[in-house]
Amino acid sequence: MPEPTLVRRALRHPLLWPVLALLVLLLVNVVVNPSFLSVRMQDGHLYGNVIDIIRNSAPVMLVALGMTLVIATRGIDLSVGAIAAIAAAVACTRIVGAGDEGALVTAVMAVTYALVVCLLLGAWNGFLVAVLGIQPIIATLILMVAGRGISMAITDGQITTVNNPWFSDLASGFVLTLPLAFLVAFGMLLLTAALTRRTALGMLIEAVGINPEASRLAGVRSRTIIWTVYAFSGLCAGLAGLVIAANTNSVNANSLGLWIELDAILAVVIGGTSLMGGRFSLAGTFVGALFIATLTRTIPNIGIPSEVNYLFKAIVVIAVCLLQSPRARAMLRPRRRRPTPAPVIAKAGSPA
Amino acid sequence: MSASTVPASSWDRVRGYAPPPRYLPVVATFALFVGLYGVGGMRYEGLSDPQVLLSLLLDNAFLIVLAVGMTFVILTGGIDLSVGSVVALSTMIAARTLELGWSPYLSIVAVLLTGTLLGLLMGVLVHYFQIQPFVATLAGLFLARGLTYLISVKSISITDPTFTSLAFKTVYFGEYYLRWTAIVALLTVVVAAFVLARTRFGRTVYAIGGNESSAVLMGLRVAATKVGVYVISGFCASLAGLLFSLYILSGNSLHAVGMELDAIAAVVIGGTLLTGGRGYVLGSLLGVLVLGMIKTIIAFDGTLSSYWMRIITGLLLLAFVVVQRFATRRQR
Amino acid sequence: MTQLARSKAVAPPGTDRPPVIEMRDITISFGAVTALDRVSVRLFPGEVHALMGENGAGKSTLIKALTGVYTVDDGTVLVDGERHEFHSPAASQAAGISTVYQEVNLVPNLTVAENMMLGREPRRFGAIDVRAMNRAARKTLLHLGLDVDPATVLEDHPIAVQQLVAIARAVGVQAKVLILDEPTSSLDADEVEKLFAVMRRLREEGVAIVFVSHFLDQVYEIADRMTILRNGRLVEERMVAQTPRLELVRLMIGRELETLERLDRAPRTEAEGGAPLLTAIGLGRKNSLEATDLQLFEGEVVGIAGLLGSGRTELARLLYGADHADTGELTVRSERRRLRNPRQALARKIAFSSENRKAEGIVGDLTVADNMLLALQASRGWLRPVPQATRTRLVRDYIEALDIRPADPTALMRNLSGGNQQKVLLARWLIVQPEILILDEPTRGIDIGAKAQIQAKVAELAEKGLSVVFISAELEEVLRLSDRLVVMRDRHKIDERPNDDVSVRDVLEIIAGEAREQGDRDA
Repeated sequence: MPEPTLVRRALRHPLLWPVLALLVLLLVNVVVNPSFLSVRMQDGHLYGNVIDIIRNSAPVMLVALGMTLVIATRGIDLSVGAIAAIAAAVACTRIVGAGDEGALVTAVMAVTYALVVCLLLGAWNGFLVAVLGIQPIIATLILMVAGRGISMAITDGQITTVNNPWFSDLASGFVLTLPLAFLVAFGMLLLTAALTRRTALGMLIEAVGINPEASRLAGVRSRTIIWTVYAFSGLCAGLAGLVIAANTNSVNANSLGLWIELDAILAVVIGGTSLMGGRFSLAGTFVGALFIATLTRTIPNIGIPSEVNYLFKAIVVIAVCLLQSPRARAMLRPRRRRPTPAPVIAKAGSPA
Repeated sequence: MSASTVPASSWDRVRGYAPPPRYLPVVATFALFVGLYGVGGMRYEGLSDPQVLLSLLLDNAFLIVLAVGMTFVILTGGIDLSVGSVVALSTMIAARTLELGWSPYLSIVAVLLTGTLLGLLMGVLVHYFQIQPFVATLAGLFLARGLTYLISVKSISITDPTFTSLAFKTVYFGEYYLRWTAIVALLTVVVAAFVLARTRFGRTVYAIGGNESSAVLMGLRVAATKVGVYVISGFCASLAGLLFSLYILSGNSLHAVGMELDAIAAVVIGGTLLTGGRGYVLGSLLGVLVLGMIKTIIAFDGTLSSYWMRIITGLLLLAFVVVQRFATRRQR
Repeated sequence: MTQLARSKAVAPPGTDRPPVIEMRDITISFGAVTALDRVSVRLFPGEVHALMGENGAGKSTLIKALTGVYTVDDGTVLVDGERHEFHSPAASQAAGISTVYQEVNLVPNLTVAENMMLGREPRRFGAIDVRAMNRAARKTLLHLGLDVDPATVLEDHPIAVQQLVAIARAVGVQAKVLILDEPTSSLDADEVEKLFAVMRRLREEGVAIVFVSHFLDQVYEIADRMTILRNGRLVEERMVAQTPRLELVRLMIGRELETLERLDRAPRTEAEGGAPLLTAIGLGRKNSLEATDLQLFEGEVVGIAGLLGSGRTELARLLYGADHADTGELTVRSERRRLRNPRQALARKIAFSSENRKAEGIVGDLTVADNMLLALQASRGWLRPVPQATRTRLVRDYIEALDIRPADPTALMRNLSGGNQQKVLLARWLIVQPEILILDEPTRGIDIGAKAQIQAKVAELAEKGLSVVFISAELEEVLRLSDRLVVMRDRHKIDERPNDDVSVRDVLEIIAGEAREQGDRDA
């Protein structure tokens, strides 16, 4: 077999299309606004559109990391937006209720407390899916419905505003010239990568997602695995909620993290992880989240009201799904002599 | 000896009547509704007034229509996340076209056509391109919301005289009254119940939810039916949007956020199985009424905050889903 | 062509009628695999025609070709002498071909009448006339001698009734040909009788019935003619009455040319073993295996012979805890405990390789290395990954020892050939160092070289003290490898003997002979 050339390897790389799409989007921006990519240094911080994009991508990236693992097990987590709202509510009420509202220790305690709550909420989803055997979309729908109510119950229906510089740094702070929010998300990405690829978790998640029955027969504890990924997804969603709350220094239970589950699913799908479960790509999800943040930035930049971004996201969802759909691919490809005898109906039972 | 051997009186027959198991979820929902009404009526003065019941229909007319469309989709084992956004889009189209001076009837047609077309698009994505329903309708959610913002980012109020007169058109039953919107909603329920129970299309909807590959092997028109339910859901969503715009008399991109969740919850609380194949539109109607009743009780109480609504809805959803899970598991 | 010429000779006596269906030289392939290779089958009106063959013989593929689920690559299908091409189930149904599958293909949540009439309900003013529909359904049911209330919901009835309703639906569409694909696999004796009564009635009415069943008794009771397939090829077309059971079994199982070297193994005697490693007493599960006993000693290979559906796979699954046993007890070493799941079996050093390689064995989108290490990794838990050095060593060693090709640990499992996939799965189980290894058809559908390699490896492992339960449809293979032989039939064990000088013919006689006795007794 001839050694594949660098070009050929690059062409076959699964990240090729997401990265290309991101580059095209950036190119559009540069054409409209030639100084789009310029970054300047001010007070030891970097400023510019690109920096804004990576900062704004943090919440979606965080949620999408957890979602990637959930989707890899053939699941879905619709409750992430609600969990984000709960996390923000818990943290903000803790900060407001603390003796010294502005202290570092207050912020740390509040954040820790909120994340523990989210971990439990994620575990609850995992319980419904792994133990009771309820379909993931239905199981997480329950918390999706109830979650914002819980969040409002925590804040007593008020928009709670906090005043803690440490907490707001989570969104607007800079470390080593880069936005802290992005660093948190990126750190989480590295942590997730380590958690899945340095341990056997990633392989077992994929095995469960690709062939649950074979995994069961091989003795894989799929319950534990599924439970773990939902809990992790809850944690990621909580962290995202905290970043969003820190950005406005307040929590509005009704709107915080609204539709973030959809953005996250979109990021995962753009990144090349199939919704049918199985192989996942954290790097792909990273690019996907950047793509969404860039798209959100692009729309006002090319002179369209920023709210219309939903329209473009819809187009991206449809395009990506069609690209992944075997049926659409078959239609695009030139017709062969005869269609493969694809079973119209996969008959259960004994083969042949 | 004498009295006890008398043939069972009709009361005994009524008392001994056990509904077929397939109606049990609807019966349970009905009992829940009656129970809520009874308890509410005892605790809060004025709640037992029959007008409260009529107001339930009136205030929830749009949700009833939405739940009817959703029932079709869920019966096939699908889900439609786009309906809330389609409602918002409908209010916006109505408001904007009326603002531009269109005839109100033309405006109504435009609204219904848009919703139906969006439904068709999602149905085609789901069936012909085999995209999972929640992803396809998620695209629909974004699409409809995006189009709404494209029309206008600001709220537009509806002042057209035909529209406003329609909105307040009232039918009196003695001292009680209903609005037209509620009657439209009830008519939708009746038509949908007939279609599901007595037409080939309706029975195919159940067949697909029961076992899709069987339905294909039986030679049923699976493709047309599966696309059809999304078209119906889209149509119902736009009709619900019209009713909503009559209720609220404005078009706004922020309308009906999360309303799809209310519709799904109503359908599930009405006893329809989320995995498809089992359920009735009557149940969905009752589901909406249960949710409406809880809202009314919270309003009458005054000390309970409105967010309890969502929490209670979530709890009810949980209860129904878990019970259904174990009920279907035992059957296997 | 010779096949066809011969089959002409066995046209059913008394029918000068032309065949209602004639399939000529049908070929269907999936990628590189040829599932059907120039197979010809004829069906005459008023006959029950049994389609016989083991796993992978091509029965299902043939049926799916006839029902329009698969498209035929080559060959022709004639219905009443006219050429037809079926591209969908609907097209096949329109030509008068109805099918009842093993899994009841009805809709559980609708009524019996709806299941029978769906798609052709009587209507009045556009609405379904429920009363007329129930009446029509009742008429058909009574015609078939079935007393079922058409207004009841299908899922409230036992599987047998559902199966009969499926037939009633098929008959109701005025079928010329009725295909029954393993309709009896979940029925008990009474229910089978009911089904046969319906079949006889339809036969008298001139319907051509295709019957697939793993139960030889049933075939001999009901079928007139049969077509025997093996490995996607036509073996013979026969009259049932003129085919002794022994010959049928031989035709189905076939003989492989003795190209494999005989495996030289020192014969083991039970005296060596001492206490058994594993003892099953009365292990059984409803509708799948009747109470069965089994013992396994250290270093022993127990071969299980039997046809498809005989309970051989079911027994293996119960031993491993892949399914829950309803009855009986299992003792592994000295611990008495029924296994509830595979993890418990693995903890007791029992490993099991399923016969369904694709659905229950391979994880197609993972690499060869990951597939090999899956069971080991699962037993360690996700927090303790197999160290990289161990990983590399294990994978390299097993690729070499089992001659897996390509010898690339990073190749995706789904891209390997069947034989190499099977070797990877064998490696997966050997890596966890089991003391008991259950192999269910480890050599099915793989090339002859890989087959010999796997057999040699099993023999070698048994020499080293591994206890093996070896299941295969190929008797030669079972005989070549096993120390002791267990024969199964109709969901229970019918014979057990040490494997000294047992010949293939002996085993065939056990499988068929018992059947004859029982058949005679029943008749």
